[in-house]
Amino acid sequence: MSNSANLRAAAAKRVLIKDGAYGTLIQAHRLQSADFCAGLDLIKDQRGNNDLLNITQPEVVRSICESFAEAGAEILATNTFNANAISQADYAAETLVSRINEASASIVREVADRYSARDGKARWIAGALGPTNKTLSLSPNVNDPAYREVDFDQVKAVYREQIDALARGGVDFILIETIFDTLNAKAAIMATLEAEQALGRELPLMISMTLTDLSGRNLSGHTVEAFWASVRHAKPVTIGLNCSFGASQLRPHLAALASIADTLVMAYPNAGLPNELGEYDEAAAETAAQVRDWVEGGLVNVVGGCCGTTPQHIAAIAGAARDCTPRVVPAARDGTLLAGLEPMLIAA
Amino acid sequence: MEQAGAGARFVNIGERCNVTGSAKFKKLVLAGDYEGAVVVARDQVENGAQIIDVNVDEALLDSEAAMTTFLKRIAAEPDIARVPVMIDSSKWSVIEAGLKCVSGKPIVNSISLKEGEGPFLELARKCRAYGAAVVVMAFDEVGQADTAERKVAICERAYRLLVADGSDAQDIIFDPNIFAVATGIDEHRRYAMDFIEAAREIRRRCPGVHISGGLSNLSFSFRGNETVRRAMHSVFLYHAIPAGMDMGIVNAGQLDVYDAIDPELRDACEDVILDRRDDATERLIALAERFKGTDAAEEKKLAEWRSLPVAERLSYALVKGIDAHIVEDTEEARQEFARPIEVIEGPLMDGMNVVGDLFGSGKMFLPQVVKSARVMKRAVAHLIPFIEAEKEKSGATAGKGRIVMATVKGDVHDIGKNIVGVVLQCNGFEVIDLGVMVPWQDILKAANGNQAHMIGLSGLITPSLDEMVTVAGEMQRSEMKLPLLIGGATTSKAHTALRIDPAYEGPVIHVLDASRAVGVASSLVSDTQREPLIATTADDYDKLRKSRERSGQSELASLEEARANAFPFDPSGQAPAPAYPGLHHFGEWPLADLRASIDWTPFFRAWELAGNYPAILDDSIVGESARSLFKDANEMLGQLIAERWVTPKATVGLWRCKREGDDVLVLAGNDWTRLPFLRQQVKKREGRPNMCLADFINPDGEDWIGGFAVGIHGLEPHLERFKQTIDDYDDILLKALADRLAESFAEVLHATVRNRLWGYADEHFSNEQLIREKYQGIRPAPGYPACPDHSLKTILFDMLGGHPGEVTLTENFAMLPTSAVSGFYFGHRDSQYFGVARIGRDQLEDYAPRRNVAMDQAERWLRPNLD
Repeated sequence: MSNSANLRAAAAKRVLIKDGAYGTLIQAHRLQSADFCAGLDLIKDQRGNNDLLNITQPEVVRSICESFAEAGAEILATNTFNANAISQADYAAETLVSRINEASASIVREVADRYSARDGKARWIAGALGPTNKTLSLSPNVNDPAYREVDFDQVKAVYREQIDALARGGVDFILIETIFDTLNAKAAIMATLEAEQALGRELPLMISMTLTDLSGRNLSGHTVEAFWASVRHAKPVTIGLNCSFGASQLRPHLAALASIADTLVMAYPNAGLPNELGEYDEAAAETAAQVRDWVEGGLVNVVGGCCGTTPQHIAAIAGAARDCTPRVVPAARDGTLLAGLEPMLIAA
Repeated sequence: MEQAGAGARFVNIGERCNVTGSAKFKKLVLAGDYEGAVVVARDQVENGAQIIDVNVDEALLDSEAAMTTFLKRIAAEPDIARVPVMIDSSKWSVIEAGLKCVSGKPIVNSISLKEGEGPFLELARKCRAYGAAVVVMAFDEVGQADTAERKVAICERAYRLLVADGSDAQDIIFDPNIFAVATGIDEHRRYAMDFIEAAREIRRRCPGVHISGGLSNLSFSFRGNETVRRAMHSVFLYHAIPAGMDMGIVNAGQLDVYDAIDPELRDACEDVILDRRDDATERLIALAERFKGTDAAEEKKLAEWRSLPVAERLSYALVKGIDAHIVEDTEEARQEFARPIEVIEGPLMDGMNVVGDLFGSGKMFLPQVVKSARVMKRAVAHLIPFIEAEKEKSGATAGKGRIVMATVKGDVHDIGKNIVGVVLQCNGFEVIDLGVMVPWQDILKAANGNQAHMIGLSGLITPSLDEMVTVAGEMQRSEMKLPLLIGGATTSKAHTALRIDPAYEGPVIHVLDASRAVGVASSLVSDTQREPLIATTADDYDKLRKSRERSGQSELASLEEARANAFPFDPSGQAPAPAYPGLHHFGEWPLADLRASIDWTPFFRAWELAGNYPAILDDSIVGESARSLFKDANEMLGQLIAERWVTPKATVGLWRCKREGDDVLVLAGNDWTRLPFLRQQVKKREGRPNMCLADFINPDGEDWIGGFAVGIHGLEPHLERFKQTIDDYDDILLKALADRLAESFAEVLHATVRNRLWGYADEHFSNEQLIREKYQGIRPAPGYPACPDHSLKTILFDMLGGHPGEVTLTENFAMLPTSAVSGFYFGHRDSQYFGVARIGRDQLEDYAPRRNVAMDQAERWLRPNLD
């Protein structure tokens, strides 16, 4: 059975658990510049380049991954949110993109296989693609609304490099997450489809949008329905929301998505909203209670955590979701779904 | 249903952001005023457009850049960007550029089966990968679907292919082609019904799909009459929507409520659209007059010259080329004058003299002269019956002199000849036009039988030069004395002096262009100027011959030396094997696709207006004339497309080949065909090779070569119509446009071959870059400098299956229809155009057996390269 069929079969029986975020746990290690660099000859200070740790501090990454596996996560993501040439350029480390991704995928693959060998349960690896810090839909120059810092082909090529390396490292899925610009995501989808062609193997997609305001749009202006219309051609295994705000504020938008998407829904919220120090202090039990509310509402098939979530959060979420009935995937709606910033359904 | 267009199940697609359909939008985009262009989009959304169609296919634009810029601009306007866009272009590269800028889920307009199943599915897959729905036009390898059966068959075939390939049925929108009705052409009467019936059947057979169409074509015959057009659109939708048409490209602000249309007009529209009565078109045309809007300024201007005395009105109409009132004015004048002939000799000739003077002094240009001639001819046509009734001798047409004109045997081109004929007639000459492909016997017979004062010969292709020598020789044999005038694109003073003049003792004069024709012809019938002109010309030609003898010609290398200095083959530049080898027949190519790729500069040259497009439109001397001609040309082009006057057809072949010396052996079908090419022999500077087309083919291994022919079919009934209405202007205009369409088609087809059928390129070029040949690969034509032997067309045509693009050859290798292009495709990176120029006898002797013909035959074919 293919990875996606496998995942769908499991999701038909129960709510699946995704892991939490790497960032918070890496911070806890209080690593110094030299730890980040670990002998690599790089001109810029690498402090904060969490993705680089896949090659310089693999044990740190491995231990975080293990802690999520221990907490009950079945879907384990790679630590590659910023491991693309655009984001790594800020650290002058863009030449390391392939190595970082391949290393991260190998680490997570090894952990997943080891735990599965031990307990006989299936685990899946999602190669994570972040949004990059450039946008294809907006002009950074107020005087020239048609200006863009990057173009589609560039972004596609940047993603392609990352996807190829993740595939070499052995990921099961490509997870396009924290999507603030729908067109960036479309470039990532195209890159994945082209990589599949070149590799001759399936690279199923998981797609996750982030909302930038409470009205329920992302930065490029799409509502969740318009977003679904814009990425549905990727035939993703999961569609969903992550990051944004806390679980309670996400609920109405998640409900909207859950009602129309004819595929699995995955949501992984932050641990509430950050406090005035920028820290996430929502307690594990609190986050878990919110997530349980989604589950009971039949809104989700996969749950996990984003910023601020720890293995304790994931364990609590797993506990809350245990024995619950997962969302039933609705049949595709009749009619043609188009989208501008808003969706448009043309009746069949 | 209450209101057409507002039906709950009908989606309005705004049509105004289209450079072909909206003059305003075009002007804004051409001027780079995207601020203004954005307003056009916003107005549409405010007026209820649910989707915006964007089309920037225009020869003067870098359409990819324009599409990109415009889409990015509207992306920044939330009140516009909230609706989906329809990316509309005939060029895939423009569509793809658009897809890269759209963040939502757009519609691509359009793809079709016209290039065959492989390329169709390839583009459909790309649309899917970009996340777009697609409009599929009812068009296949045979052509555009016009009957309901063809529309249904093509759409169903496309549907099955797409669904089997992984497309969602919901993402397929069919456009079964809305064509113009009420055109006066019988075959067009059922076009609306064919669409409606097809829509119903397609919805039944292809579950999930939608039906769309562009409405503006429907009412093309009534352009200028908005009331009638709107009524037709509303009535059409009233019937098409229930049949399953659920989307349409419309002017969102201008759809009338069906019930609110004037009942008489509504009925008349319904008669036309439902094809309910034989006289439906006539009745709607008659009724339409009542609904015509009036333009106050226009009327005032009209009133001014209409109030002049009749003689002045005739003169005004002639000088301005206005034929609207010419018959009534001529009739009025006839009643004023004692005899009808006096109208011609008086006001009409006075007017034409003004035209002649203006033309002669360079203040008026050819297009206007031809328009004036049209007015003159119509006036004369009105008077002829009265003159004949008076039993007058035809004093009107005997005029200054009589000239027999013909395009020589084996050649079919007559634009230039017709222009010269019109100009001469304007200046009082009687022209007996024998047409095209005229054998010398007929020319001599007509000259003798009509007591002609001179003969004019025309031709475009190089074999015609030889034929002219034959005519001259025959004139000599029958001891004729009248002057022989030579004209046409390949003719020259040098060839006339060296080859034609020596064959005939009578006067022979090469006439460079139409503007010189009057001067030459007038001198030849003048008692005082005739002898001086003949003497100077003879003297001139004699000098030319002598200087040729003296000067000697550039030195030739031996064939062996030339071959040793061949263009070196670089294997790294070789194009890969074609994606779709073999023969491809295109029964019809969308005319609209060809419009944006037209190279207009040669069009103006055909009318003897010098300058490059678009600068010529603002030229201080010919600008006004060029603008007026350009306007007329675009109007005819619009009608020609909407009413499908002509059909572009083509065949492409892509074959395995190998090289053998200067020959290329081509595996077309099951047989190897030998293509002999000629090599430059003129001695080159150090480092410059002696080129031959075979140099671009791999000498050591397998390679690929292509061939093609395109033809623009179906002009005849329209030319016949213009003949009936005595309209030389439209006749020449249509032929000149058809020539441009053929050239544009050759260019568009070459791009399709490079990017898809052969598929060695992935280009993103503007029209200007295409015209300047910025791409990799060439398409040299037999009979042109790189491959001067016209006879290779017979080999090329055989390889292409006999009648490629339904084009045929005359005995001298001219192509029929006249507007046709053929050639070979070379894909090598280094392949380039060059001129073979002069070759030596050694190459001729080598070539004849390779071409498999006798020496004298080869010598005749290659004569222009042997001097």
